[in-house]
Amino acid sequence: MNAPATSYRHRHAAHCESGVASNLFSHYGATLSEAMAFGLSSALSFAYLPFVKLTGFPLIAYRMPPRFILKGLSKPFDVKLHFETFNSAERGKRRLDELLAQGKVVGLQTSVYWLPYFPQDMRFHFNAHNLLVYGKDGDEYLISDPVLEDPQRCASADLQRARFAKGVLAPKGLLYYPDRLGRTEVSAAAVRQAIVKTARIMLGPIPLTGVRGMRMLARRIRKLKADESGLNYIGHIVRMQEEIGTGGAGFRFLYASFLQEAAAICALPELELLAERLNTIGDDWRSFALQAVRMIKGRDAVDFAALAESLEALAGQESDFFRALRKAVK
Amino acid sequence: MDISEVPQEGNRTLGHHRKALYAKDANGRMVLVASRGSEIDETVTLQAVQRLHAFAEAARLRCLTGQTSPLEFWMWTQRMDLALLAQVTGIWQWRIRRHFRPRIFARLTPEVRQCYAQALGLSVEQLQQLP
Repeated sequence: MNAPATSYRHRHAAHCESGVASNLFSHYGATLSEAMAFGLSSALSFAYLPFVKLTGFPLIAYRMPPRFILKGLSKPFDVKLHFETFNSAERGKRRLDELLAQGKVVGLQTSVYWLPYFPQDMRFHFNAHNLLVYGKDGDEYLISDPVLEDPQRCASADLQRARFAKGVLAPKGLLYYPDRLGRTEVSAAAVRQAIVKTARIMLGPIPLTGVRGMRMLARRIRKLKADESGLNYIGHIVRMQEEIGTGGAGFRFLYASFLQEAAAICALPELELLAERLNTIGDDWRSFALQAVRMIKGRDAVDFAALAESLEALAGQESDFFRALRKAVK
Repeated sequence: MDISEVPQEGNRTLGHHRKALYAKDANGRMVLVASRGSEIDETVTLQAVQRLHAFAEAARLRCLTGQTSPLEFWMWTQRMDLALLAQVTGIWQWRIRRHFRPRIFARLTPEVRQCYAQALGLSVEQLQQLP
């Protein structure tokens, strides 16, 4: 048995990549909560990508693309992260074992479908999941999957499949680990910068992203046919929002938590008020999801125009919110 | 969302797991709370699972009457679609569609069969018949 990194502490998280980042950086000596990892890397986003299809439905992302959080943290912590991908599964496995033997905690990108410890109904072919490996016991890897409450074990053959799954966002065995951290505390300047960047992403000019992306998706919802396919489509929106990586409401609550931390670090009490406001917007995202689900369940009449209106209202609220946020940190 | 509003009604798609959500505690701080999930998540996950299950079931019936090959059944059963299966195997979609024809499927070379079996996480024997 390779000695597992004994000091490693698993912490439950709302989102896989921010959870991995917070657990990984904390292990290597930083003070970093999940919310701070998420906020500091400006991960909050919205993107409606009709040309990327997942079992026939468009990709709707509520955060920046995979690896964005990890990469966004290397500057504020003055650290180089090593990312390695492999064209041979065998080599990928050898390298992972080698790093574990050195006592490192290693991050991996995997598919969720091939991870046996995941609940059966949640196993879809989604390739951008993140988890940490902190040791190996015989043929089993010791896994800290941040979206699960407790550490897991996974047979090496299963983990191999998950690491080398193909398709959209194929992980290609990606593993990552940091060098020595240059700093271990978060600076006020970095936090301010991150907030400005998030405001820029959410208020940006590209019609598919940020607040404009929400409006575009709302227009698409208006055009849906009121039949099975339409209901599947809105179910998909809600699933991308609430289920896959916590999405809409979950990310608002997470970002609100970040703003509370940011208020203390930057000595800007106004951010506390904005956190409260974002908390309310998060509740409205939940209402939007509930409204869609009531239509799917047949409790309410199918009314896609009403749903589109709710989404447009959310876009309006967020547009005002991010403007206020940008002003607060300038 | 306040801690008291964190959904705990249960979501059977989560198995025995709980997922983390952030909610406001009595002091107004956003803290992590483990949630048993809600009907919202459960509904949309089951909807997606059942949609794929319905495709698999339809393929199974067509397979029994010789209108498609077991390959199509297994594709849906393993929660893939044509686009994904093509990406995973590196076989063009129009070729896969041809392989849905039982007579052509029966004549596949061992290499192609192996390729499908590997992509779908099955043995070659499993791939060749309905369960």
